[in-house]
Amino acid sequence: MVIEQLSVFVENKLGHLSDIAEILGGAGIDMRALSIADTAEFGVLRLIVSDTRRARELLAEAGCVVSVTRVLAVSLEDRPGSLAKILRALSDAGVSVEYVYAFITQKQGNAYVVLRVEDNARASEILEKSGACAGGEGDIFPL
Amino acid sequence: MSYYQRDMECASRETMRKIQTERLAGTVAHAYKNVPYYRALMDKKGVRPEDIKSPDDLGKLPFLSKDDLREAYPYGLLAVPLSEAVRIQSTSGTTGKRVVAFYTQRDIDLWDECCARAIVAAGGGKDDVVHVSYGYGLFTGGPGLNGGSHKVGSLTLPMSSGNTERQIQFMCDLGSTILCCTPSYAAYLAESIISQGLSDKIRLKAGIFGAEAWSEEMRRDIEARLSIKAYDIYGLTEISGPGVSFECSEQTGMHVNEDHFIAEIIDPATGEALPDGSKGELVFSCITKEAFPLLRYRTRDICVLSRKQCSCGRTLVKMSKPMGRSDDMLIIRGVNVFPSQIEAVLMHAGFPSNYQIIIDRVNYTDTFEVQAEMTPEMFSDTVKHVSARENELLAAMRSMLGISPKVTLVAPRSIARSEGKAVRIVDRRKI
Ligand SMILES: [Zn+2]
Repeated sequence: MVIEQLSVFVENKLGHLSDIAEILGGAGIDMRALSIADTAEFGVLRLIVSDTRRARELLAEAGCVVSVTRVLAVSLEDRPGSLAKILRALSDAGVSVEYVYAFITQKQGNAYVVLRVEDNARASEILEKSGACAGGEGDIFPL
Repeated sequence: MSYYQRDMECASRETMRKIQTERLAGTVAHAYKNVPYYRALMDKKGVRPEDIKSPDDLGKLPFLSKDDLREAYPYGLLAVPLSEAVRIQSTSGTTGKRVVAFYTQRDIDLWDECCARAIVAAGGGKDDVVHVSYGYGLFTGGPGLNGGSHKVGSLTLPMSSGNTERQIQFMCDLGSTILCCTPSYAAYLAESIISQGLSDKIRLKAGIFGAEAWSEEMRRDIEARLSIKAYDIYGLTEISGPGVSFECSEQTGMHVNEDHFIAEIIDPATGEALPDGSKGELVFSCITKEAFPLLRYRTRDICVLSRKQCSCGRTLVKMSKPMGRSDDMLIIRGVNVFPSQIEAVLMHAGFPSNYQIIIDRVNYTDTFEVQAEMTPEMFSDTVKHVSARENELLAAMRSMLGISPKVTLVAPRSIARSEGKAVRIVDRRKI
């Protein structure tokens, strides 16, 4: 399924990341998943949160540069080789993955990954046909 | 004591006044007749060429500044037909437009002679190997000292800047005796030579270092580490290049080549001429130039002139090292940088005009960082997208400024402001 991801520009400055975490925590917003990509100069923090709209407002008010991106969240069986199957299906179909990161839920036996691809609809279709996913993404929210 | 042109360098005050009076009148007439831009300025001020009878009348002439050079860019101040001009040199201008200066063959010969005086004052002669590590090309440093070295008859090594390994190898193999470069590069070379244990192989005896600010401590440090005597040299492209003034054995200021350039000190706020010994803005009038005869050109350098007798025997007036600027120009690694240029690049690339320039000096080398504020429009979830913006900005800065800053993107409104007014320049260099 397609979900919204929040991306935040992070300066490589002491305390910037904890400022962001405090703003969200203070407003009672849950972080479902998080990944950070950085260079020597700056980082891009990617978040899946319980209330994307509210989180975006709060961070923008606090002076952060924020953008919302629609990404693909898929569930897969929590066992070796299942992520490889998904990535293989996509690469065989010529779909390149910009980045991927994982998160887990309290639900037993399933893991989730966030995939950033050019065309979400097409990638979903490919994954459905391949049978590589465990199905049941409907239960991602609420987790 | 050796001089390159003793009759001029040690001329009596009366002789020099006579020479200046004659040459000034000639240059004013030449500029009035051949530079419509300057003629209009003189007409507007109601001054005729015949009103300038001696250097005492200089105050009647209008000033020229970098703004005029920009206004008249590119050919508006050229005073000879193109068929007589043989060279262009260039330096940074205020808002992106570069300053271009023109030379006839005679202009180049006289400029070379000015540099030759500096080399001889530093102890140079026919037997010396002059190692020129100033940049060649549009920058005047390389061509100026190169020409001066030829006039003296020294063996000239046109190294240009960069490639430190090769610089040191040539210095050792060919026995360079006089090094010409920026003081920060001299310090860097000294460090490399010492760390490679090559001090014994170096035969340097003197250095001629200019194009950026340096302190007395830095001079003593370079002198000790290279076992040389270090001399300062001053100049600017608009007036000719290095060699407008140069230091002698006394090392207490730079003798101005007064038979070519008349120096005045003015109050930068009112434009009023100040007596010798006052601190103010340095103004030059060229009195021998054919192609680009700038009169009363405001250098924006804050200096003091002194006519105290010099132990070297030269009677040429001495100027202090520039103590600051009356505008916001920065000199970073020997390159002129205006904050307005940086602002122009940022605006053009879609960045907000709130920026900060941070300059420091680490191991005698200037560090230069531009912090620009990120906007939501240029942000995305991928690092490569943001890096691409950063690299575009870096390339645009390099092409505008001629040197590469470190570009750092910061969060919006994160750049420090004091009392509502943003602090644009943080210069931590202790010179
Ligand atoms: Zn002297």
